[in-house]
Parts: sequence; C-alpha cells; structure tokens
Amino acid sequence: MGSGRKGVEVSIAMADAVAQADVDVIAAYPITPQTHIVEHLADIVADGELDAEFVPVDSEHSAMSVCCGSAAVGARTFTSTSSQGLALMSEIFFITAAMRLPVVMALANRSLSSPLSIWNDHSDVMMVRDAGWIHIFIENGQEAYDAIFNSFRIAEDPDVMLPVAVNMDGFILTHMIEPVEYVDNELVKKYIPEFKMKNALHPDCPISMGCFGMPEIYTETQMNREVGVVNSYPVIIKAWEEWGQLTGRHYHPVETYLSDDAEYCIVTMGSFGETAMEVADMLREEGEKVGVVKIRLWRPFPLDEFRKAVLGKKGLIVIDRAISFGGPGGPVASEVRSALYNKKGAPVVVNYVAGLAGRDVSRKDFRNIILEGKKKAESGDTEGFTLYGVRG
Amino acid sequence: MDKYSVFSARLVEQTEYMASGHRACQGCAEVLALRLVLKALGRDTIVAMSTGCMEIISSPLPLTSWNIPWIHNAFENSSAVVSGCESGMKAMMRKGKLAPKKINFVAMGGDGATADIGMGPLSGALERGHDMIYVCYDNEAYMNTGIQRSSSTPYGASTTTSPAGKASIGQQTRKKNMPQIAVAHNVPYVATACPSFPFDLMEKVKRAAEIPGPAYLHILSVCPTGWRIPPDEAIRYGRLAVDTCMFPLYEVVDGKYRLTYRPNPVLPLKEYLSGQGRYRHLTEKDHEKIESMMKSDYEKIVKLSDEV
Ligand SMILES: Cc1ncc(C[n+]2csc(CCOP(=O)(O)OP(=O)(O)O)c2C)c(N)n1
Ligand code: SF4
Ligand SMILES: [Mg+2]
Repeated sequence: MGSGRKGVEVSIAMADAVAQADVDVIAAYPITPQTHIVEHLADIVADGELDAEFVPVDSEHSAMSVCCGSAAVGARTFTSTSSQGLALMSEIFFITAAMRLPVVMALANRSLSSPLSIWNDHSDVMMVRDAGWIHIFIENGQEAYDAIFNSFRIAEDPDVMLPVAVNMDGFILTHMIEPVEYVDNELVKKYIPEFKMKNALHPDCPISMGCFGMPEIYTETQMNREVGVVNSYPVIIKAWEEWGQLTGRHYHPVETYLSDDAEYCIVTMGSFGETAMEVADMLREEGEKVGVVKIRLWRPFPLDEFRKAVLGKKGLIVIDRAISFGGPGGPVASEVRSALYNKKGAPVVVNYVAGLAGRDVSRKDFRNIILEGKKKAESGDTEGFTLYGVRG
Repeated sequence: MDKYSVFSARLVEQTEYMASGHRACQGCAEVLALRLVLKALGRDTIVAMSTGCMEIISSPLPLTSWNIPWIHNAFENSSAVVSGCESGMKAMMRKGKLAPKKINFVAMGGDGATADIGMGPLSGALERGHDMIYVCYDNEAYMNTGIQRSSSTPYGASTTTSPAGKASIGQQTRKKNMPQIAVAHNVPYVATACPSFPFDLMEKVKRAAEIPGPAYLHILSVCPTGWRIPPDEAIRYGRLAVDTCMFPLYEVVDGKYRLTYRPNPVLPLKEYLSGQGRYRHLTEKDHEKIESMMKSDYEKIVKLSDEV
C-alpha cells in the first residue's frame, strides 16, 4: 500500500485503511453504495496482503452477528453497510453497543425504502441514532481514510469499548476519486497497537455475555451504557489530538468556518459542509455575515462545543438530510433546538430538510436556503421545518 | 449400541459445566440434554446461544449457570455469532495473537430458533464451512414464550397458536425435517439424539466435536410443561418417541446414513401419543393418520441406512 499522496476512490482508501489497521475479521453483505469497500477488502485478503477472515455472510443481520462473535473473542472487527442493510441488521446493531463490542463500521449513508432508492441521505443512520454507538460524520476522502484509524483507536480503548460508525454520504463521497495522503504502517502500529481485550470469551476465562435482565437490574445496565457513551468523549478528543500530532491533520467534534463574526450560521453534517463553506465565501463577498458550523461527532453529542460555537449568533439555519415524519423538525435541528433551549444568547433556529435520496443541492440552492432562512429567522417564522425544493 | 466406545454411567465426565440452581421447570429434558452435551464437549468450548428457554433459565443477571465461556446475543443468530467467534479466533491464532488451542465452537438454539427464525443464518453458517457444531434442542414448540407452534411442531399437536378446536386438529402441518435440511448442506456430520439415550447422545456430540467442519445435532428434548405430561415422565416419553419410531436416532457421516438404534420391539404409537395433553383431543382415526405419516418418514431413514 505504501505511504504518500494518492488519487484514489474514497471507498478504496477506506478499505486500504482497514487493511493497514490489520483487522482480523471482516463480515459484510453487499449493498450499494457500500460495495466497493468490501469488494476491495475481499481482494486484499484474496491477494494475501491482509491476513484476515473475510466472512461472506448470508445477510446484514448475520454480518453484525458475526461481528459480535468475533469482537467477543477479542478480534479486531470491521463491517460496512447502508440503508436497507442497516435496517435489517438494526436488531443486532443495538445489541453490539449494549454488549460493549468494539466493532468499526463504515456506514455509506443512503435513503430508506420506499420508494427504493440507492442515493444518499441520512435517514438510515437516524433510525439507529439511539443505539449507543459512537457516530462520526466525515466530509471528504482524507477524512474517510483517517477516520478508520481514529475509530479503532476509540472503539478499543479499555475506557470506551463501544462500536463506532463512520458515516459518509453514499456516492457523493464513497464513489469520488480524491487525493488522499496515506500514512505508513509503522505509524498505524504506534497509533493503534494490537487489540488486547480484557474480558474476551476464552476457555481460560469462562464468562457469560449477554445475560438476561429483570426489571430490578435493567435500568442499571442502561445507565452503564449512558455513562460509557458520555465517557467516550475525552477519549475521542485525545484520539484526534494524537492523530493531529502524528499527521498534521486535526479533527474536532464541531468545526467552524468564518463563524467568529458571523450573525447567521449554516449547520451541516457530512459532505454538505464543503458546499456550505463555498457558499459562505460567496455570501461574504455580497456582504452577508454568514459562517458554517459542522457537526463531526454526532454521538456522543458535543453539547458544550456546539454551544460555544453558536451562542450569541442571531440565527442558525440547520440543514437536515432526513425527516422525522410528524415531528418537530429534522433530527439535527431537533438536537440543536434542545441543546439551545433556555440558554442565554441562544440563536433562533430555522430548519430545512434538503437533498433527500441524492437530490442535488447546488450552491445556488444553498444560497437560497440561507437567504430565505435568514428572512424567516428575522420574521420569527421558526417553527417546524421546510422541505426544500419540493414540487406540487 | 455396537460400534460405540463403551460408556458406563461412572465413566461419564463428573464436572458440571451447567451449574445446578438454574430456573428450568421440573423434569425439563431440554436442560438435561444441554447438561449432557456440555459434559461431552468439555471445558475447551465456547457456546453461543439463541434466546429461548435454555438462555432465560440460565442467565438472569447478575447470575449465570455457565461454567464455560458463553454468549447470548439474539433469538435467530447463534449460528452467525459462533461463526464470528470461530473466525476471530482462527485469525488471531494464525497471526500469533492468540496461543493455538483446539476449541469447540458451539451454537445452540431451540426448534424455533433453528427451524424458523434462524434458518437463514444457520444455512449460511453450515454452507460457509466453519468448524462448529450447531445443536438444536427440539421441544417441538416455542416454549419460552408460552407453547406457540413452530414449524417443528408435529401434526396434530395442540399449542397456543395452533389450538385444537371444532374446526382444527391443532397443528395442521407436518414437522419440518431439519436434520435432512442440514444434510442437504453437505456437512460432514449430522445426527439426531435424545437425552433419554444419554450415551448415544454424548457419543454423537464427541464425534461432532472431533470432525472438522460444521456439524448439526438435532436433539429431541421433552418439555413436560409444553407437552402437558407429568414432570417425572420426561425420560419415559423420550424413550417412547424413539421406540415407537416417531423420532429415529441416526447419524449421517459424509452423507452416509446410519441408524444408531433400531427399536426392538417397535412399540405402538398410541403409547406415545395417548398420555400427552397436547394430543389429548386426537381420535383413533387421527392416530392412524399420524402413524402412516410416521411410517413413511421412518422407512425413508431405514432405506437410506440400509443402502450402506
Ligand atoms: C426477533 C425475536 N422475535 C421473537 C422473540 C420472542 N421469543 C423469544 S424466545 C421465543 C421462542 C423460543 O422457542 P424455541 O427456539 O423453540 O426455544 P424454546 O424456548 O422452546 O427452548 C420467542 C418467540 C425474540 N426474542 N426475538
Ligand atoms: S418450558 Fe419446557 S423446555 Fe422450557 S424450561 Fe420448562 S420444561 Fe424446559
Ligand atoms: Mg422450542
């Protein structure tokens, strides 16, 4: 694989990162737009470049189940899916987190049926928002590659022991060819040393995993999960800091662009962030004081950092890529509103849902959303959400 | 019991890998089967278990009855979970991350977990060829959730979702033939067993563990609660099932069938059916119909066994 800068499809870069992480087990089932990742991993294993078990499972439900078994014996474990695959495996997706099994998943975000659609939005991941996984959103190929190492580092930390999903926009990111700076294997070994699980299943240590909980104990088990997810936060920060020191590439739970003096900020998650920054530049030239706030870490939700980034602004225009039918707004906007409720200096929040199932959101669309959103904010029209560009 | 290593009760492994004090009903032959399976497997075993009676009765937090490493994940996926355990350990041992050791990777589930909801994952695991054993404890219904029918419930049995009534005989479909479905996967070892024949059962478990690749064991596990029989009759009903040819004991090694026990004399089916509450509503005519189904099933197995 070799280190250095390469022009490479983002899926391939991600698969290469998984191989460099020296995983022991890969279990996945094909679904567009995740396929290139696992196909490439199958190639790497078949060529003997990675010594791992590639388990070609019968379904995504089995994929996640195999991952649970593999992580439970202490093996470094990777999987990847999208949309219907995630829906089918969702039962086990929840259990993986509950059993504190440090599986890493590349989640190529795609819309949910019906109608069947293979294109990108965030409806799949929002369905499992409350499963207890750590969720990272990325914006470009370099981040995809880096996030794999960060995720194993975080997931396998003895103070965390939780599964991590790397969310990336299907096609928009997975199928792009981008320049990606590869790291060398020595650096990887240093950053993520061999996984040594404390309580792995082994005949020398006959533990029981996945026991059944009566009402007298169930609540305590859930508290344990909550504490686990919340406590992962400092580990995540440290993992990113160290990565920054090693590679010069720095990541933060909330990232901002031109936001210091901005009156209005666009809030995005995923690949929208890149367009949003370009549009902010455009609008700045027109004299609009706008900035961008990008949420990289979705779970645990970075409440403090987010508030620090936005308190004192006049308004936020939150762009969601999923609907909560009959709800108060898109999932990101709901989170943002509750993060700001009762806070001094809280900006008003206007919510748009856009780009469902890969519907293109151009710079012009972004500009419209921001200018219209600003007007809404000024006039106090801040309830619910607007489905941008819907016809009829 | 020819061709078997000699067993005597005293020579059986004394260690209990399934501790007493679990919460199974009195007279449960499913937990007896489980106990015997574990004795035959020994300590170097990892068990992945499906949701069901055996899981619930053995693992109420913070207690456990398991003296070997055990994992429960969900209802339908023990075969996939064990595939993961096996794959993970295989990779780590090969890569020098874990000391090499022969470990039995065993998935276990009830008939519902096996023949219904977990059929896809089981088929996948058998087809992929993991070095594992799948054990189905067949008590012929979903007992854990209150005696609902499964596709392994025999024709005519009354359950809470196939109740006998004026317009229904109870279960209207024939028992799904799981062992033969396993055989169709070309796995090296498939066997049926019943804890009323403990040595036969343990011998088969040992063989399944010795043979590399996937093995499938189908164990008839009498459930006094669901079959509506007195708790002290479970062993007798297991014997009756076998001695009436309702549940033949056989093994299939590399596709070759062999009856491991031929009842002599064959007991009348009526003896098996008549004492069970789940068959209480059946008429003489129903008995005859069940007998003819049973005969044709049994003859198929005899024929396959005689071929070799
Ligand atoms: C996905 C899912 N569906 C349904 C259930 C409810 N459920 C738990 S155990 C069980 C029946 C178990 O039957 P079987 O596999 O035959 O085992 P037994 O209890 O009879 O030993 C059912 C329906 C569940 N836990 N998960
Ligand atoms: S319901 Fe049947 S199988 Fe379940 S514990 Fe009781 S006797 Fe055993
Ligand atoms: Mg059952």
